[in-house]
Amino acid sequence: MGRHLKHFRYVMGENSVTVFAFSLFALIVFLAILGPWITPYDPLATNAANTLQPPSLRNFFGTDHLGRDVFSRVIAATRLDLGIAVSAVSISFVIGSALGCSAGFWGGWTDRIVGRFSDTIMAFPLFVLAMGIVAAMGNTVENIIYATAIINLPFYARVARAETSVRRGAGYVDAARLSGSGDVRILASQIFPNILPPMMVQVSLNMGWAILNAAGLSFIGLGVRPPEAEWGIMVAEGANYIVSGEWWLAIFPGAALMLAVFCFNLLGDGLRDLVDPLRRT
Amino acid sequence: MVPAPFLDIKGLSVEFRTRNGVVRAIEDVSLELAKGEVLGIVGESGSGKSVTAYTVIGLLDGAGAPVSGSASYDGIKVSGADETVMRDLRGREISMIFQNPRAALNPIRPVGRQIEDVLLRHGLATRQTARAKAIEMLEKVKIVEPELRYGSYPFELSGGMCQRVMIAIALACDPRLLIADEPTTGLDVTTQAATMDLVRELTQERNMAVVLITHDLGMAAAYCDRIVVMEKGVVVETAPVEELFSNPRHVYTKKLIAASPGPNSTLTDLAPTELLSPKIPISHCSPAKPVTREVMGSKKILEVINLTKEFPRKQSSMPCWPWRKAPRSEKVFRAVDDISFSLMRGTSLGLVGESGCGKSTTSSIIARLMNPTSGDVIFDGENISAYRAETFARRPERKKIQMVFQDPTDSLNPSYTAHDSIAEPLKRLLKMRDRELIREKVAALADRVGLPANLLSRFPHQLSGGQKARVGIARAIAVDPKLLILDEPTSALDVSVQAVVLQLLDRLKKELGMSYIFVSHDLNVVRLLCENVVVMNRGKIVEQGGADEILRQPTEPYTKALIAAIPHFEPQKAIH
Repeated sequence: MGRHLKHFRYVMGENSVTVFAFSLFALIVFLAILGPWITPYDPLATNAANTLQPPSLRNFFGTDHLGRDVFSRVIAATRLDLGIAVSAVSISFVIGSALGCSAGFWGGWTDRIVGRFSDTIMAFPLFVLAMGIVAAMGNTVENIIYATAIINLPFYARVARAETSVRRGAGYVDAARLSGSGDVRILASQIFPNILPPMMVQVSLNMGWAILNAAGLSFIGLGVRPPEAEWGIMVAEGANYIVSGEWWLAIFPGAALMLAVFCFNLLGDGLRDLVDPLRRT
Repeated sequence: MVPAPFLDIKGLSVEFRTRNGVVRAIEDVSLELAKGEVLGIVGESGSGKSVTAYTVIGLLDGAGAPVSGSASYDGIKVSGADETVMRDLRGREISMIFQNPRAALNPIRPVGRQIEDVLLRHGLATRQTARAKAIEMLEKVKIVEPELRYGSYPFELSGGMCQRVMIAIALACDPRLLIADEPTTGLDVTTQAATMDLVRELTQERNMAVVLITHDLGMAAAYCDRIVVMEKGVVVETAPVEELFSNPRHVYTKKLIAASPGPNSTLTDLAPTELLSPKIPISHCSPAKPVTREVMGSKKILEVINLTKEFPRKQSSMPCWPWRKAPRSEKVFRAVDDISFSLMRGTSLGLVGESGCGKSTTSSIIARLMNPTSGDVIFDGENISAYRAETFARRPERKKIQMVFQDPTDSLNPSYTAHDSIAEPLKRLLKMRDRELIREKVAALADRVGLPANLLSRFPHQLSGGQKARVGIARAIAVDPKLLILDEPTSALDVSVQAVVLQLLDRLKKELGMSYIFVSHDLNVVRLLCENVVVMNRGKIVEQGGADEILRQPTEPYTKALIAAIPHFEPQKAIH
């Protein structure tokens, strides 16, 4: 444990961008977990007497057309957005790397089937595919997660396949066979740890993308339904008011969205360095 | 008459900025080279020999820079010179042959075009004449059918041919200085000899000066006029070849000379006492003698009968229409062709041949990593080739046959510590679960192969080549195998490390009563460890018998060629 902590500190010390990205990530996670307890107002409570107020000391980000506090809603939405992104990315990471590793390791028919399967998914415009999946399966948060997971699957499968296929002939794979390991164990304990670094970069880029995707689906009215606080819906609702000068309705959730995506994109290199054995000294 | 120095390096020091601070790669290096002279720079990895050369040709990577001293070529200062100056010099005046020809050639450009590039760059040919000149160069480096090879891509050529193309590129503009940086690493001995003879012939013809960088003292002795020995960035000795070998002055030179196995050396000769860790008693390191065969009883531990392995040949690159039958003249390639040999308990067998002769395929089949096409492998009275390679990992015989791989870096999982790598067979094959027990056993194994215990928590990239080789050996002997297959275990190591590893293997064999199959291309090394030798060529056995007899009186022309190609020197006698 101490070794891992030391390595974490070393990676942090190497790169200040990584420190920034990880602090931002910690903040986002903190808000996602404790959000409901630290918001100054109930994010769903309407107040007809206090609608469309500009940002002030009382309402930091102003209030919306129903008099709800935008600041509270932006914070409360963190949990939902992060939840969707994390679950979607985990599902596609697990299934995608399992499929990709098998395809890369065994080749032949496994490879062909997995390859054509991911090609099929990628042949669709991905956002339209996600819309179709949610529309067909029903308008729920779970279905947004599944849709996002499915459209991300090919990326993981491809990275995992490519990285595995260059390693399947490595000397340490033969050495593991001599040590009595079967194929599945070799894949899981010998090859998988080595393909983690490039996968981690994919994960962090995908996280940002998954958040955007979930917000995008909500923006067009699929998935999360009002009055639930979610960045995409808030931007969609706020967009109507921009022309009349109430900019704060759309800007703040939009900025939160941007910051989250930005944070995950920066996180990639740091995550890779954390899991890459070659970075240990 | 002593000609004026052509290449003149005076007190050159080069530093590299790294994560752990500034590292001085070479320190106060001075050397001179006259026109037409061949200078060898000899040293082990990390001695700074390549850095010296790269400074001369101005190819140091961004982190390195000369901090003091100077290098000048024909009166032009080249250390820290302007890039535009160097660009004109490079290729035209000074050229270089790299270590790995396949990596140095552009993989997506026909080789002929790559020769043209350098000619066009220096204005020595026009678009119209370039092709003819490139073909002429290919002819000069003795590539057969140069017209045809002009359009070949590097991957279509063998390693030796790629190196010839590299030489053609290097010599295309008639430079006056050639730097050859380990030009024959990874090439077979016979190819190595042919390549070096070609370099010598072409450079003598043009009266070129050559700097030959190598770790192989035998090669330096055979091809150089003068030798510079480097150790840890410092020049320790400079002397003409005869003098260096007949009367080495520096301790390091003596150590290097001793560690290079010659046709007459024994294991004890290879490394002086101070090199060995105190755990290795010298008395154990006697040369292998055929006597052991009788001592151990003549029970066969391994018998290979009519072993054949065929690989499907790649289809032709022409697109094959479904309605047209593809030409199927030769569908398979026979990597191993009907070979039979046997190995006695407690003895060693050397498997010798050039790359592609089938020796690695044979060892993979015996190690049950690969299925034979036909034939039997009888191990300890049991026909193990009856079990599929895919499921052999779960059979009890698995722990009796282990292997040490050629490349110590490639064969260790980069995300496993040394401890984890050695513990792997204990966990899988011996089903050891108790962490403390495993830790103790791993420590004992590390001690046995002379690996310091504090290195066990390190990852492979934090270990040196020799240390990685020891981890590989410790892993292989962890489950007390009866048969150990050594696939060129020392080819990636420096000579002094090779000497220590060979002695270690010899000691382990005696202590643990193992039998070895030693795969190698170097007959001198094989002779040190093996009683018997099998020489293979194109999948067939050419010659087999006692190691000493074969080395001294080879009967087959192939074996003779193999032995003759090993560059060596006689430490006591003058060469030439």
